[in-house]
Amino acid sequence: MFVAKINVTLKESVLDPQGQTVLRTLHDQGKGQVQDLRVGKYIELKLNVSSLKEAESIAKEICESVLVNQVIETYKLVVESQ
Amino acid sequence: MKVRVVTFPGSNCDKDVGSVLHDYFQADVNYTWYKESFDDVPDLVVLPGGFSFGDYLRCGAMAKFSASMESVVKYANKGGKVLGVCNGFQILTESGLLPGALLHNRTLKYICKDVELVPVKENGFSKHFQGNLSIPIAHGEGAYFADAETLERLEKNGQVVFRYQENPNGSLHDIAGICNEKGNVLGMMPHPERAMNPFTGKMDGKLILEALLKN
Repeated sequence: MFVAKINVTLKESVLDPQGQTVLRTLHDQGKGQVQDLRVGKYIELKLNVSSLKEAESIAKEICESVLVNQVIETYKLVVESQ
Repeated sequence: MKVRVVTFPGSNCDKDVGSVLHDYFQADVNYTWYKESFDDVPDLVVLPGGFSFGDYLRCGAMAKFSASMESVVKYANKGGKVLGVCNGFQILTESGLLPGALLHNRTLKYICKDVELVPVKENGFSKHFQGNLSIPIAHGEGAYFADAETLERLEKNGQVVFRYQENPNGSLHDIAGICNEKGNVLGMMPHPERAMNPFTGKMDGKLILEALLKN
């Protein structure tokens, strides 16, 4: 069994109003040290395949066809054996 | 006139748009469940507003994998007329029938109000309109986004159909609606079907549907 851990965030070039709102709240609370904040989503897939290479390939295909809209989003994928 | 209105789980404007097409255009309306595929060639296919598949993951993202959308893509590629309103516009961008994407409104607020639409002169639809149109919007994720190159292409090809007089949601280039290069696929965030009842004093939505059918 393998686990694909996927972080999806808006591209740097896309304004993230959710992140900006949370950032503003942190600044209002005196946490001026926080320079920037982006809100994204975390997706975990459990894959019943025989090799790490196969798990990575399937996870990448799923990310690019379904989980991520590459017009506006980018992603980081890590696959681990479990 | 034959019309297919595709209904997804979570669509909630399917009957609205279907009933006005029936009442004002005498259309023979077929409500097509998302699991149904079709190979006939109606005069118009409408992807209605709502929250297809609960808007989970991204608005419109799940809808593109349905059997009916496979038929819609084939139909559109053959030149068939498609109108996507609100969630339907989001489905059209997710399916690749229209470029770009719809983001959360810049204010993060759900906006429900009448807006003034400016038909874009360089577009083929504009010859059907005189002056601005007043149409309601109701959405949380209606800010049109595309990269600079795509925006330039849209402007150059005259694919921007409507702009907001006063941008309510942070859409780039004040875009409220766009069409594909051939002009047979129109996506827009405002709801023309909600401005088609003389008792509410608004009929501008009828002009938009007429323009799409005549264009």
